[in-house]
Amino acid sequence: MLSNISRGTAAGLAAMFTMFASSGAMAAWELNLPVGVTPISREVYDLHMLILWICVVIGVVVFGAMFVSIVLHRKAAGHKPAHFHHSTLAEILWTIVPFVILVALAIPATKTLINMEDTSEAEITIKVTGYQWLWKYEYIEDGVSFYSSLAPSSRSAIYGDPWEVENYLLEVDNPLVLPVGKKVRFLLTADDVIHAWWVPALGMKKDAIPGFINEIWALIDEPGTYRGQCAELCGKDHGFMPIVVEARSEAEYKQWVAAYQAGRKTQLAATTPTSQ
Amino acid sequence: MSSDITANDRPHAHDEHHDHGPPSGLMRWVFTTNHKDIGTLYLLFSLTMLLVGGALAMGIRLELFEPGLQFVNPDFFNQLTTMHALIMVFGAIMPAFVGFANWQVPLMVGAPDMALPRMNNWSFWILPFAFTLLGSTFFMEGGAPAAGWTMYPPLVLQGADNVPFLIFAVHMLGMSSIMGAINIIVTIVNMRAPGMTLLKMPLFVWTWLITAFLLVAAMPVFAGAVTMLLTDRFFDTSFFNAAGGGDPVLYQHVFWFFGHPEVYIMILPAFGIVSEIIPTFSRKPLFGYESMVYATASIAFMSFIVWAHHMFTVGMPLAGELFFMYTTMLIAVPTGVKVFNWVSTMWRGSMTFETPMLFALAFVVLFTIGGFSGLMLAITPADFQYHDTYFVVAHFHYVLVTGALFGIFAGAYFWLPKWTGHMYNESLGKWHFWLSTISVNVLFFPQHFLGLAGMPRRIPDYAVQFADWNMVSSIGGFAFGLSQLLLVYIIWQTIRGGEQATDEVWEGAHGLEWTLSSPPPYHTFTEAPEVR
Repeated sequence: MLSNISRGTAAGLAAMFTMFASSGAMAAWELNLPVGVTPISREVYDLHMLILWICVVIGVVVFGAMFVSIVLHRKAAGHKPAHFHHSTLAEILWTIVPFVILVALAIPATKTLINMEDTSEAEITIKVTGYQWLWKYEYIEDGVSFYSSLAPSSRSAIYGDPWEVENYLLEVDNPLVLPVGKKVRFLLTADDVIHAWWVPALGMKKDAIPGFINEIWALIDEPGTYRGQCAELCGKDHGFMPIVVEARSEAEYKQWVAAYQAGRKTQLAATTPTSQ
Repeated sequence: MSSDITANDRPHAHDEHHDHGPPSGLMRWVFTTNHKDIGTLYLLFSLTMLLVGGALAMGIRLELFEPGLQFVNPDFFNQLTTMHALIMVFGAIMPAFVGFANWQVPLMVGAPDMALPRMNNWSFWILPFAFTLLGSTFFMEGGAPAAGWTMYPPLVLQGADNVPFLIFAVHMLGMSSIMGAINIIVTIVNMRAPGMTLLKMPLFVWTWLITAFLLVAAMPVFAGAVTMLLTDRFFDTSFFNAAGGGDPVLYQHVFWFFGHPEVYIMILPAFGIVSEIIPTFSRKPLFGYESMVYATASIAFMSFIVWAHHMFTVGMPLAGELFFMYTTMLIAVPTGVKVFNWVSTMWRGSMTFETPMLFALAFVVLFTIGGFSGLMLAITPADFQYHDTYFVVAHFHYVLVTGALFGIFAGAYFWLPKWTGHMYNESLGKWHFWLSTISVNVLFFPQHFLGLAGMPRRIPDYAVQFADWNMVSSIGGFAFGLSQLLLVYIIWQTIRGGEQATDEVWEGAHGLEWTLSSPPPYHTFTEAPEVR
């Protein structure tokens, strides 16, 4: 009888799990940084995991020692206090060893940072301008230019039911369309206050500062839809100016640009949803 | 190393008829120049501001409980986050530590009072005025400041009537801090009892000496930054306006040159408090006293060369990014040294776990977790993913709440019996500890996940994939907030009465303050104690 219950429970849990997974609700309870879809985002993910594991190991050692001490070295257990209160050797060791660990961390971090800041030999340049509270995208070589704001479907749900809207607060009217496999350079600026342009899947974030131009680059490996948000407090609707990047094959991208230039805004063919 | 100290300050018969108690009535508190009274004023003020700032946080967590906007509009939400931070940083944490300094530094060095008692009074009384001014902006047209406690231009200059009041309040707070810091430095340098060399001072006194230097160096820079905001807004300067030849990023450099030492100002006294408590309840001397002094001084020095790690995304040259990455990583070394020394103090001690010790041990564990996220943030390429997300919010709340605030709680429980003469209710203290520790982790740990998953900070509403952890965090927030009401009750109860405290209060307590009665006389060490 018990084994029937446990089988039934297992089946029920499996059904729930499948249901949640397919509805995208597994995206909830997220624990970690996404790996992303650019070489930089992957390097950043690896750095993140490296530093995270180092911290976990150090934490386990230090907190473990504390835990052992709390259990064993207590007055209630009859433990009498020792009297030692210094050790030059210990001080030297626990200064040098962490220092060495930090140097070991700094080397790959330096490499990645140098790589990230090298915007040379980009094939496409997009000028991104932050406004209160939307973005403007200008394709420098192709002469395409448009504004990108929070989609009306999201806007109407803010005081209503967010759960009814797909990609609530992460949908725009005019997404940024980019080709995969090409190095894209973004020139970031702003019209009024400081904003910041950030798409986690691309692995890079930089401020958009009025009167100045910042540069970042990305080379997107996989076609898909990547969503981000403004990442610098810019006033009341800071949380309501998302970013959507549609990465497509080069052919599709060229088609889209041509149609745009001809005055026709085309609806992009839907692709299978990609995790962002 | 801290040595055996004897003191000679029992109220002698021939002293009694020179001693007078405090004056009576409300004006006692307005005109007092007594370090104990002023310490009490700072502590009660900071407790009040903790509750006010906490109430604002409850508003924040209420709106963030579910996606969608249910309770506040986005502009008011930004006012909540801005004022929550300003009140907590400048109204709760900093004044609390100054309160501890006022009560404890003269007692611990064997001085009769602070060096400049009248300036001490004014340092305190500026605060209620400054916060009334700041709080009144909620009721002005346009509302309270809403550009974040960091007040970046151009956004902050879009503010309405609150801008000049914010700047004026900041100036007043800065004056209060600078005067207080000068007082502390002069007291420690000039008024230690004979025999108390610098390297015999309790570590709490060392951490406050160093903190005071940080205050004197950093607060004027903050004053400069906000004055430039004022002139940009009202007198047509263009410090932060590109169209006039300036740069908004200049503000960030000046602000964070203050701002980074500021966060060390908020943690070093907690390090000092914990360094008094752990040896006491381990019945073992602090491990590595000199090392602890040098580590604190190193942290303070290095705090001046890391500021731009708050600004990795502004578009600094590569060399700048690398420099600040390296220095920020380096500052983990002396911080780690302190943690290892605390653990070594506990090791093979004979520990008991009264409430001060519980908070001190929780401090070591949880502050270290905050330190780990700080180390992750130091890695510039990774920081591009963490910056301006809830990962940063998690980091600084771990170091400020489970760090600085738990240090304050630990110190309050530790010294309340000395200050009031009554033991607090140990069982209630433990309840406060466990409720706070569990709820604070439910509140802030999930925020690491939210940040990594991509949730930006300072937003009133969020995409539905962030809903689950936000709900958990909000539940933790409500529980943590409610738990602090228990603290208020415990403090009130202890002031009013309770089991009489002995002079020593805690077995294993060492230091001049524990040679005095509980509570100590209104005037203490009118004759310098003997320090061996």
